[in-house]
Amino acid sequence: MDNLLSITDLSVNEIDELIDKASDIIKNPDDYREKCRYKKLATLFFEPSTRTRLSFETAMLDLGGSVVGFSEAQASSAAKGESVADTVRTVGCYVDIIAMRHPKEGAPLVASMHAGVPIINAGDGGHNHPTQTLTDLLTIKTEKGRLTNMTIGLCGDLKFGRTVHSLIEAMSRYEGINFVLISPDELKLPNYVKQETLDKKGIKYEEIKDLAEAMPKLDILYMTRVQRERFFNEEDYIRLKDSYILTPDKLAFGKADLTVMHPLPRVNEISVAVDDDPRAAYFRQVKNGKFIRMALIMKLLGIS
Amino acid sequence: MNIDGITNGLVIDHIEAGKGMDLYNALHLGDLESSVALIKNVTSHKMGKKDIIKVDEVLDVDLDILGFIDPNITVNIIKDNVRVEKKHIELPKMVKNIIKCKNPRCITSTEQELPHIFKLTNAEKRVYRCVYCETEAEKK
Repeated sequence: MDNLLSITDLSVNEIDELIDKASDIIKNPDDYREKCRYKKLATLFFEPSTRTRLSFETAMLDLGGSVVGFSEAQASSAAKGESVADTVRTVGCYVDIIAMRHPKEGAPLVASMHAGVPIINAGDGGHNHPTQTLTDLLTIKTEKGRLTNMTIGLCGDLKFGRTVHSLIEAMSRYEGINFVLISPDELKLPNYVKQETLDKKGIKYEEIKDLAEAMPKLDILYMTRVQRERFFNEEDYIRLKDSYILTPDKLAFGKADLTVMHPLPRVNEISVAVDDDPRAAYFRQVKNGKFIRMALIMKLLGIS
Repeated sequence: MNIDGITNGLVIDHIEAGKGMDLYNALHLGDLESSVALIKNVTSHKMGKKDIIKVDEVLDVDLDILGFIDPNITVNIIKDNVRVEKKHIELPKMVKNIIKCKNPRCITSTEQELPHIFKLTNAEKRVYRCVYCETEAEKK
């Protein structure tokens, strides 16, 4: 693996290796403090992000490396009309590895053809965001102790949510996974994901409209945001939005060992009253994001 | 309807009826100085109706373009009034700069110099996807 552009670039074995490495980093962080000494990461963020950029940067700093970069296109030569290829060819002369976010789909692939150093896709529009999926997988493994034999509920915007599609793709490669798809009709999982991933691999799934009804079946609940602008009219949005907000009342229907995840940022789809419940794993998920990125940076730099 | 035979050139046969003009344009046959015939709606035992193109010049045709438009096409090479070769076309694994990605969120929409590359992802359904954004190509 020279770059990470899509989660499908990784075999199940490679994902397992990254998760094992990240788990070891969590247990023994001091062993990794000098691993990337004298190495430099560039974070090229052509659109703003809080979590992803800071987690890449702290990941590299915790490995003893250093970080350069920009956090919006206006602060780069892209504002003068420079192409992605020229930008990364230049930056590749200075650094050892690049993490890149770009609003246009496929920009990281273009970067990988020209940079001369490994490229990590840190999100390209609504297309791919593989390190979010790796974060989700590490969280499931850490919380459950396994990546097999479980029922995963995906709730909210299943139509446009790239994190949901990638997670389905990644988890479908493990044994004994069932999905419960919880969404309004307007935001159901697209047919091509059902046909090309779930049906093709013979994965069991059911579609449910009511979160409370789905709750008792779930080992994992993966929440996403239901955005107002996805609805044709305000009435439908108002009618439906409360059904997809996780509150302590709804959580009461969940198993004692349920794990609640969310890629964040949240707006109001998880009530803050849920945050203190031990089943709420979304801030632990954020922390895992840094550890899996540390493992990934080491792998791409060929450091064991 | 009679069209004269050709001495040295190409006969592109078994074109799905109605697609002959697409092929004529895609292969830039209008730019040639030599005689070119596009025959539409020819009766065919196998296909019912088909289009045929005859070119009175031996050309190096881009088989990828032909395969992308219709993999059932055959290309006959004629030399000294004799067919010396019959080429069967296959679906190309990849096509470059034959079609453009229509996704406004694709990087090719803003970086004009990038080649438009599509990969065959499902041979049975003839699905091609943009290598950058994975959007499905519109069928020709």
